[in-house]
Amino acid sequence: MAIKQTTDGIKIWARRNTKEQITNWIMWLVGTAIFMYCWQGISAETDWDFFWDAPEIAVDISSRAMPPKWDYITSLWVPLWDTLNIATMGTVLSLVMAIPIAFLAARNTTPDKYIIRNLALLIIVSSRSINSLIWALLLVSIIGPGVFAGLVAISLRSIGFCAKLLYEAIEEIDEKQVEAITATGASRWQVMVFGILPQIMPALAGITVFRWDINIRESTVLGLVGAGGIGLQMQGSLNVLAWPQVSLILLVILIAVLISEWVSAKVRGAII
Amino acid sequence: MSEASLALGRTWKRPPIISNPILRWTLIIGALIYLIAAVMTIDVNWSRVYEGLERGKKFILAFSNPNFSDRWTDIHEGMLESIVMAVASTVAGIIISIPIGLGAARNIAPLPVYLICRGIIALSRALHEIIVAILLVAIFGFGPLAGFLTLSFATIGFLSKLLAEDIEDTDKSQAEAIKATGSSWLQWINFGIQPQIMPRLIGLSIYRLDINFRESAILGLVGAGGIGATLNTAFDRYEFDTAAAIIIIIIAIVMVLENTSTFIRGKLQ
Repeated sequence: MAIKQTTDGIKIWARRNTKEQITNWIMWLVGTAIFMYCWQGISAETDWDFFWDAPEIAVDISSRAMPPKWDYITSLWVPLWDTLNIATMGTVLSLVMAIPIAFLAARNTTPDKYIIRNLALLIIVSSRSINSLIWALLLVSIIGPGVFAGLVAISLRSIGFCAKLLYEAIEEIDEKQVEAITATGASRWQVMVFGILPQIMPALAGITVFRWDINIRESTVLGLVGAGGIGLQMQGSLNVLAWPQVSLILLVILIAVLISEWVSAKVRGAII
Repeated sequence: MSEASLALGRTWKRPPIISNPILRWTLIIGALIYLIAAVMTIDVNWSRVYEGLERGKKFILAFSNPNFSDRWTDIHEGMLESIVMAVASTVAGIIISIPIGLGAARNIAPLPVYLICRGIIALSRALHEIIVAILLVAIFGFGPLAGFLTLSFATIGFLSKLLAEDIEDTDKSQAEAIKATGSSWLQWINFGIQPQIMPRLIGLSIYRLDINFRESAILGLVGAGGIGATLNTAFDRYEFDTAAAIIIIIIAIVMVLENTSTFIRGKLQ
């Protein structure tokens, strides 16, 4: 905030003083320049003829896609069950791996502050940086297509997310309770089970349901790279341009995602 | 603790997490039945998995010897395109998200506007990026434009929702003070609301840039531009050393972005 005085001696309020105005202006200039550079890159790679007739194409595709082919639903139940399994079992499997990593990464429980903690943090970052579709691509290439590849992909992707939130929860625990358990002569494991675990249990449950919800969303598309679930059906339908089937699959995915979000919100509401 | 449990000769037992025994046992038994059903229906070809272990080992070994040089032009172009798409779509996403975020905040928007904006947010959040990308590639053709539009659309759902929640949490008295000076609606938003949400908006925008970059790495799988196409080809040809190089670059960029965003957010608060 600054008060400026004009030559007539009138005081005018301005939000920023001159120095702030200049930095602000320069930041906007740099930002705009970066955006224009990026936009130019995109524009150069784009066939603008396709852009201008896009509305026609959109109308054309939606007229082909409507109405959805309702009786196709009979061949969707099994892929849906697979999708649910990929998400649920993937979450369970990721927790099995994420809990030890979280304990190794939390400042107050890690056995070694330098090497082991940084190693755990590296695992967390790597797992988080790589999208589950890339994990799926990798696993399909290694262990072959199918539900199992999707399940492992989801679990590897979830480790980073769960372990990060969990180790932050562990770092925020009340040390007094841990001290009290230690004072009874408890061993290291007993301290973990009776001193730390009860304190992070609500966080753990919340994280699990939250991640499960995300995993349902992600497992619906894993099939695109051959990792099982309803995405496989979508890929098949897209390949033969069966738009009425595609629209039904999209509808089913939308409903599944909304249900999982509702369940997750309810469960988290019940925990907190 | 009741007297009985304090009596001599009885040991203390940890109270169960779910206190209602009927609910507890229903949950446990339900989970067991589901687990058995799920494990039975998951069809694992163990011999194929066993064969794959060899390739898995090769892939892990590839990390110690990543091959940056053979496909460097492809990697370089793909990476640049991913970054360009991420930056451009974050900017476009922010520009669209601000009006929608304002519209989705119950304390400043009238009910019809509120419902429309919430609808847009829900739609954007429910559709996975890759599905949106497939549809947009079908409509706009191959290339980064489809990816740019996909990421912009995905940004709206994320940013508008958090922005709207933040606007709903703002301090009413500040906004009221501005209104009392006889300000117009725009001045009211600009001087009463905007300063309160600005730090969080900047933090969220940088965080979203980070997410958009990660997502841009997969859009190439469906032809929407970026590094994904190169990565897919590398896996298809079992060129694990090139794939490892790409993954290492992705992780490095994400780490840089994440540290920058933590640093900037720390400075703002």
